[in-house]
Amino acid sequence: MRWFWIDCFIEFESGKYAKAVKNVTLAEDYLHDHFPGFPVMPGSLMLEGMAQTGGILLGEKNDFRHNVILAKVPKISFHSWTYPGDTIVYTATLLESRDEGGSVKCMAHVGNRLIAEAEIMFVHLKSSSPHFEKIDQKNFVFSTNLLSILDTGRAGDGSMANDK
Amino acid sequence: MPTTDEIYEKVRETLVDALGVDDDEVTHAATLIGDLGAESIDFLDIVFRLEKTFGIKIPRGELFPENLASADPSFASDGMVTQQGIAELRKQLPYAGFDRLIQDPKVENIQDLFTVQMIVNFVEAKLANAT
Repeated sequence: MRWFWIDCFIEFESGKYAKAVKNVTLAEDYLHDHFPGFPVMPGSLMLEGMAQTGGILLGEKNDFRHNVILAKVPKISFHSWTYPGDTIVYTATLLESRDEGGSVKCMAHVGNRLIAEAEIMFVHLKSSSPHFEKIDQKNFVFSTNLLSILDTGRAGDGSMANDK
Repeated sequence: MPTTDEIYEKVRETLVDALGVDDDEVTHAATLIGDLGAESIDFLDIVFRLEKTFGIKIPRGELFPENLASADPSFASDGMVTQQGIAELRKQLPYAGFDRLIQDPKVENIQDLFTVQMIVNFVEAKLANAT
């Protein structure tokens, strides 16, 4: 399984906000263990989806010059379940962006139903930092080709491949 | 310009939000790391929140300088902060109270200079300069 917890962006306003979607499907292994007979999207993975949405929003503002790392979740609350067949829309709004890092507020909705809301903080870590090697690559917002999400639905020449 | 008490109340709310501590844990003398459990990333979070709450700008390192103890070998000897070290810390942390560190100048006590009162003093000076 790849570490992609959003499928594509549907709105993106540089330095302000971004909306990404995640389609929940029974083909995903973890839903059969979480929980047997009652498949619901784990909260931790929704948080990851919110962090990927917000992290790319923050990174894009600085042309992806920084290594953006999920550092802290000061607040998160879950209000409702998400089931297979649901389309989750993550809306991230940039709260702070400065040299050391930034923060976003992120909401998760299925239709009009509010599923979760969180505040997420990121730090910018220099590749030369002694801490750089010690960090699990999964904490890096832009590793593992994550940025290819920005190209979802685009043909090779950059044009939209369908009528999205 | 808000009064010192008003500033203190807002600083208290800020720390409750940033550190997830209870209201009554945040006292004037409480140390951020020892008493309130702040970690390095929390300092950035606190700076973000103070800027928003008070409408001020806090440049990097101004409130919470980095690498305080490692600046110069003459600042510490045998695990104790030297006179020279204290003088340097006073320069870097003009809003901190030094009584406790002077009584017990162990290097590991440097972190106790970061108190709730230090933030209140800092914000008060920042607001006074702005008006």
